[in-house]
Amino acid sequence: MSSSIERTPAAAGTDRRTFLQRVALTGVALGPGGAFLASCATGGGDDDDDAASPAPTGDVSDDNPLGIPTDQPLEIYIFDGGFGDAYATELHQPMFAERWPDVTIEHRAAVDIGAELQPRFVAGDPPDFVNNSGDGQMDTATLVADGLLYDLSPLYDAPSWDDPNVTVRDSLLPGTIESGTFNGTPYVFNYAFTVFGTWYNKTLMDENGWPVPTTWQEMMDVCADIAAAGIAPWVYQGVTAPRYMNWPLLAMAAKLAGPEILVAIDNLEPGAWGNEAVKESAAAIRQLAENSYFLPGVEGMEFRDAQGLWARGQAVFCPSGSWLENEEADAIAENETFELAMMPDPLLSPDAVMPLETVRATAGEPYIIPADAKNPLAAMEYMRVMLSMDAARGFSERVTSLTAVVGASDGVQIDAPGLSSAQAALQAAGTNVVNWFYPVWYPTMENPGIDQVTAALLRAEITVDQWVEQCEAVATTIRDDDSITKQTRES
Amino acid sequence: MRHGKYPFILAFLLPPVGIYAIYMLSPYIQAIYISMTDWSGFTSSQTFIGFDNYVAMWHDDQLRTALRNNLILVLVVPVLTLLLGLFFASMLNVGGRRRGGAVTGVRGASIYKVVYFFPQVLSVAIIGIVFKYVFAPENAGGILNRVLGAVGLGGLQRLWLAEPNYLIWIVVLVMTWSFVGFYVVLFSAAMQSIPRDIYEAALLDGSSRLTTFRKITVPLVWDTVQVGWVYMAIQAMDGFATVHIMLGINGGVQGAGDVLGIAMYREAFSEADFGYAAAIGVLMLILTMVVSIVFMRGLRRERVELA
Repeated sequence: MSSSIERTPAAAGTDRRTFLQRVALTGVALGPGGAFLASCATGGGDDDDDAASPAPTGDVSDDNPLGIPTDQPLEIYIFDGGFGDAYATELHQPMFAERWPDVTIEHRAAVDIGAELQPRFVAGDPPDFVNNSGDGQMDTATLVADGLLYDLSPLYDAPSWDDPNVTVRDSLLPGTIESGTFNGTPYVFNYAFTVFGTWYNKTLMDENGWPVPTTWQEMMDVCADIAAAGIAPWVYQGVTAPRYMNWPLLAMAAKLAGPEILVAIDNLEPGAWGNEAVKESAAAIRQLAENSYFLPGVEGMEFRDAQGLWARGQAVFCPSGSWLENEEADAIAENETFELAMMPDPLLSPDAVMPLETVRATAGEPYIIPADAKNPLAAMEYMRVMLSMDAARGFSERVTSLTAVVGASDGVQIDAPGLSSAQAALQAAGTNVVNWFYPVWYPTMENPGIDQVTAALLRAEITVDQWVEQCEAVATTIRDDDSITKQTRES
Repeated sequence: MRHGKYPFILAFLLPPVGIYAIYMLSPYIQAIYISMTDWSGFTSSQTFIGFDNYVAMWHDDQLRTALRNNLILVLVVPVLTLLLGLFFASMLNVGGRRRGGAVTGVRGASIYKVVYFFPQVLSVAIIGIVFKYVFAPENAGGILNRVLGAVGLGGLQRLWLAEPNYLIWIVVLVMTWSFVGFYVVLFSAAMQSIPRDIYEAALLDGSSRLTTFRKITVPLVWDTVQVGWVYMAIQAMDGFATVHIMLGINGGVQGAGDVLGIAMYREAFSEADFGYAAAIGVLMLILTMVVSIVFMRGLRRERVELA
């Protein structure tokens, strides 16, 4: 300041001028920053205009039931994980390109989907089609609650690729659309089909003449024999994911009392976890701990270590889904005689409501279309291609996974013994397929919520009644949290 | 210089200040704003909800566990590391038997110096995974339990990572192990600059090892200790990588090993609640600043001028 005062005698005027100069300079300094601020996370949304502009369409006809624009580009993001992305580039995209040669497909693959796409969602400029999977998966329930996903109803109502007289909806296995439905609107298209059950070491069972148990009493008898032979009867996913034991627990309860008990749990009804069938099933699972039928030390293990020990013959039964064979491929390959198979969870009582063959199965591997997508109709058409018989069968052959398309894996020769036993179990189940949705709707309820409660049950640290009480407490927390959007289902 | 002095200065100041404002200050300010919204992290706009996130934080039991664990880390890890670091460094530099009247380190000091530094060149990810297997059950390759069994202390074997009460202490141990090496080297450097004749004079006057350590070594390296202390406290305030790799995103069994960094990451990326995560971030900012101010003030001492 002193120098400017020296320069001109008219102090007051100069002061004002200096002040104004500085304001101007400050404005220059902040100018670029200010512009930057406007374009970053908290800059506020100015993309409402974009959202209002209607998605491009084409003429609806028998050849083009969704009415897609035939000359607009389509941007596709595939998760480059267990399935890779070759099934998309070498199988689905050529099929799509053959029918729609003027639609340019911009294919991208990513390992961390969330890291790449979250900023694009914030900017209101997401791709048209996203395989939202893997470790970096974006939370579906949140995307739905924020209104960021496109309603897939037109896809399911459209005629299927192969037969114009059958809708896409009718070409899918039961439960497929439901698995991606939030409060009545289908937002997520789940392509692969996973079968859950108890996986056992078939080699050990056959060698020792142990029968595959069909009731819980038989299970306890077999476990006694296995333990007497010096092998651990059961293993679970240790400190990482004790919740895997919920799967036989809830599946057995559903077989005993019917699938309605699962609806009550999903709908967060008070007392749902205290259902007699659920308690009986929990008591059965707790018996495994009471009798020390779990692999010693399993409660302190990483899940891969626990599963690895199972695959190396240190335990016989392991709860998992049909990905287990792929996941433990290394350990399985070590021993050529090792063979695994899946069995439906045993019946708790002879007068169970559902037959033994009932399995838990659900569509997984989610694909979504963002609400702000520039070409949502073409993305839906791409899904329709994926759900064609050829595309689904090719997918099964390439990545060794079942798909949600009815009959698509029928002719496929599955070499993997585990997956083929799962396929057989799914076929034997027919319409007796159950599933529950609360882990998808309320991820924190499943983990760490129920997960940690079941962990304590598996260490036999708490009684069944305490387990029920604590599960109810977890459900109550979710029920009372107004910030969580609630979902319900009828059946 | 009178004319054009300001433009000249500004020309030099603007780029760095601008970059600092855009990449440092603006994220802070934005984070504080986000902490007062219910932003999920996906939408282009946010709803302002005032201090609701901070109220929710007050009632969050899991966050209390995380806070308690961070407190343990901030208090225990620096103390352990500094004591061990000072002890090892003085052994390496002035702890040796007197050979011909010279003050030296213990035999093989130069080798130890390299060995102590090993953990520092390992990435945190490797340290986390290695220690996961140190504490694993015996049949899953657990090194500690195996050693305990081998030396006849089988009674001390535990399922370390399945026991909620042990989790944070395991983290303390691992962090201390990985920090000590660096501080040994840091303190060694400081001790090398202490003139040898001071030690020799003290020894001639008949002072013991402990007395020389307390009255000469510690006061003369105190500046370095102070810097190390603050730096370490901030590192311990974080603890994210170690906990995430060893115990997972929920902070281990019953969330007993949770720390604030993990809680923030979990809220943001697994529970899609960036607003709440930002509120935890602001809490961490305040705590880190308080911790550094307290440590700086608490440790202030007269500076000793070396001749």
